[in-house]
Amino acid sequence: MSNPFPGEHPEWLWRDPDPKSSYDAVIIGGGGHGLATAYYLAKNHGMTNIAIVEKGWLAGGNMARNTTIIRSNYLWDESAAIYEHALKLWEELPEELDYDFLFSQRGVLNLAHSLGDVRDSVRRVEANRLNGVDAEWLTPEEVQKVCPIVNISEDVRYPVLGATFQPRAGIAKHDHVAWAFARACDAMGVDIIQNCEVTGFIKDGNRVVGVETTRGRINAGAVGMVAAGHSSVLADLAGFRLPVQSHPLQALVSELYEPVHPTVVMSNYVHVYVSQAHKGELVMGAGVDQYNGYGQRGSFHVIEHQMAAALELFPIFGRAHLLRTWAGIVDVCPDASPIMGPTPVENLYVNAGWGTGGFKATPAAGWAMAHTMATGEAHELNKPFGLERFTTGHLIDEHGAAGVAH
Amino acid sequence: MLQIKCPWCGLRDETEYKYGGQAHVAHPEDPAVLTDEEWAEYLFFRDNPKGPFAERWVHGGGCRRWFNVVRDTRTYEVLAVYTNNEPRPEISLALGSVAAAGGTP
Repeated sequence: MSNPFPGEHPEWLWRDPDPKSSYDAVIIGGGGHGLATAYYLAKNHGMTNIAIVEKGWLAGGNMARNTTIIRSNYLWDESAAIYEHALKLWEELPEELDYDFLFSQRGVLNLAHSLGDVRDSVRRVEANRLNGVDAEWLTPEEVQKVCPIVNISEDVRYPVLGATFQPRAGIAKHDHVAWAFARACDAMGVDIIQNCEVTGFIKDGNRVVGVETTRGRINAGAVGMVAAGHSSVLADLAGFRLPVQSHPLQALVSELYEPVHPTVVMSNYVHVYVSQAHKGELVMGAGVDQYNGYGQRGSFHVIEHQMAAALELFPIFGRAHLLRTWAGIVDVCPDASPIMGPTPVENLYVNAGWGTGGFKATPAAGWAMAHTMATGEAHELNKPFGLERFTTGHLIDEHGAAGVAH
Repeated sequence: MLQIKCPWCGLRDETEYKYGGQAHVAHPEDPAVLTDEEWAEYLFFRDNPKGPFAERWVHGGGCRRWFNVVRDTRTYEVLAVYTNNEPRPEISLALGSVAAAGGTP
């Protein structure tokens, strides 16, 4: 993309427009998924008279709070398809968006600590291979070759019995991903409207025709709800229910250290996942706090539990200093899979329920949601993830592959 | 960390409790007559309000008894604690104002 001021970094990568009175489509939520939805609406479907409305600032919710892990080694065919589609898009996006957002395919290890874990993991490796997802089963010694700082001693409470390894998995710089999408959307004419909270839906019968916002009424041909933790609040306003519960999910970083951790290590069993950001912080996450909450904070004992697990796996972290902790609000679904597709309200579409693991799916979620909003019908990728699965019983149970460590 | 006053044991740390989700969700009187939609509603759909929420907790690390709490999901403030035999206290949406219908806070 050409820079009108060569040698200078532009102050803003996108405009800050006032809302117009009407758009062909309005996307509620200016996080990663909302931005990706707008990007593919414009790029794949030629819809550029569209707006993203964001109640806070761009990518200031879970997009700013996640632990940036990208992988596609999920168990079921439906999940493997959408997450693998995402991974393939991630592999092309830095060049396509002309923005190096530090996508680093450094691999992900999912550790096994019990016989049940081992059996589930080996099964998942075989399922992944059948779906064309790169996956290997590693012995403890092979685990240590990939990540030398993992403690594979047998003399610990939960010894490492092996791990699955996906070499193409990795991490990316989340803020830069958002900025890359925002710049590309803006260049195609998408209005990114910040500080604009949706306060109601305007309906004609059972058809949504616009939204009321804190910056006035906006008419819309189609509306997409991409609001993560606040999806239930929006669904309430629109007059239907979602089977999700909002929980705080905490993460933390250490001070900066020299590179010691070459990959990403996740352990469902002892509840921790760890990588090292390019700048040098150790980035760690765990499971959600047990109670429902919209507070963007959680209880400290959850952090303590997570640190205990991290220390047992990585004794080298013994003197590391915690720099900061935070929480995001995640909307968790009963089957640990997302909800994407039409809603009981005509022209209103939902993308929600990604729970603790939506970041990795960003491009594919946007791709499928854009298709759904442009055509009124689900894409092949999100057909299995419709709201109706809770009535048909065709759940996509990813608690094994997602677990706490999504 | 939350602190919750168990109706039987008094004020204890959150780590002694387990969460049970939305309170007052009754098992269907006659499950056999439910449509698939109604069954889905009972199994999978729960309220998820931003504000006061009536929810179940169990004092697993103490008396092991279940009870109900109204807690504000924005601030995490516990607004009322009541036993299963008591009706849900009237909580106004404005923070902290509890008009106890069932007596015990």
